[in-house]
Amino acid sequence: MLAKLTAALAATCLLSGAALAQSAKPTDAQIAHIAYTAGEIDIDVAKQALAKSKNKEVRSFAEDMVRDHTAVNKQALDLVKKLKVKPEDNDTSRALSKAAADKKAELAKLNGGDFDKAYVSNEAAYHKRVNGALETTLIPSANNAELKSLLQTGLKVFQGHQQHAEHVAAQLK
Amino acid sequence: MLPRRILLALVVAPLGLAPVSAHAATVQIVMDKLVFAPAQVQAKVGDTIEWVNRDILAHTATATAGDDWNVIIGPNKTEKLVLQKAGTVDYYCKYHPNMKGQLIIAP
Repeated sequence: MLAKLTAALAATCLLSGAALAQSAKPTDAQIAHIAYTAGEIDIDVAKQALAKSKNKEVRSFAEDMVRDHTAVNKQALDLVKKLKVKPEDNDTSRALSKAAADKKAELAKLNGGDFDKAYVSNEAAYHKRVNGALETTLIPSANNAELKSLLQTGLKVFQGHQQHAEHVAAQLK
Repeated sequence: MLPRRILLALVVAPLGLAPVSAHAATVQIVMDKLVFAPAQVQAKVGDTIEWVNRDILAHTATATAGDDWNVIIGPNKTEKLVLQKAGTVDYYCKYHPNMKGQLIIAP
């Protein structure tokens, strides 16, 4: 199941909600790892934006990403500790990390307005994909009620991020 | 018996610090799952707005126009604001601009 999902991810290098929906039924330990990894990726790229961007809107968006994803991930860590679940690395997490590293390298080559536009439009697309995966696969697959609830809160937060990113992207045009 | 001067200070100081009317009320607004509830609140000058943040994220209550006020409410924290001016104030969360609220403040 997970192998099929990973193959789909590797093929597109993206977290595609549709691909996840078709094939995966990850375990709670894997879901926790995937969700945490997705958050860390966004914090990492936001730090890249804070190091490179001089645009006020972009910097403020990146600060929001660091603040929110750090808070959600801290909550996730507290929860897995409480539930005595050990987040389990898996091919989906690895594919996500690989795609993120490639994106980061791509963004590193850009500067000024080009970087801002590429970063923000990637943020909109990335959150859209993660939200799709949360809605169609991760939330329905979660067994533990507290994990499910945290993922639902996360979805609400990340939907806001997606809209915020789309708004900033429109302003940069 | 307290010396008269202290007594006077005790009576005067609270009045001086907070020009709050006798029937000043506290109005609670809960921030839960990235929503201000209730989104619209009616209050009076001198009333206290109390924002209760039940989310795991930090939020703000920031007046949309001008620099009227900007209250930062940490995760699972409560912050207060005493209303000083009458009028209708739209506000939002700076960190989550989708979160919007409105205060209708009577004189």
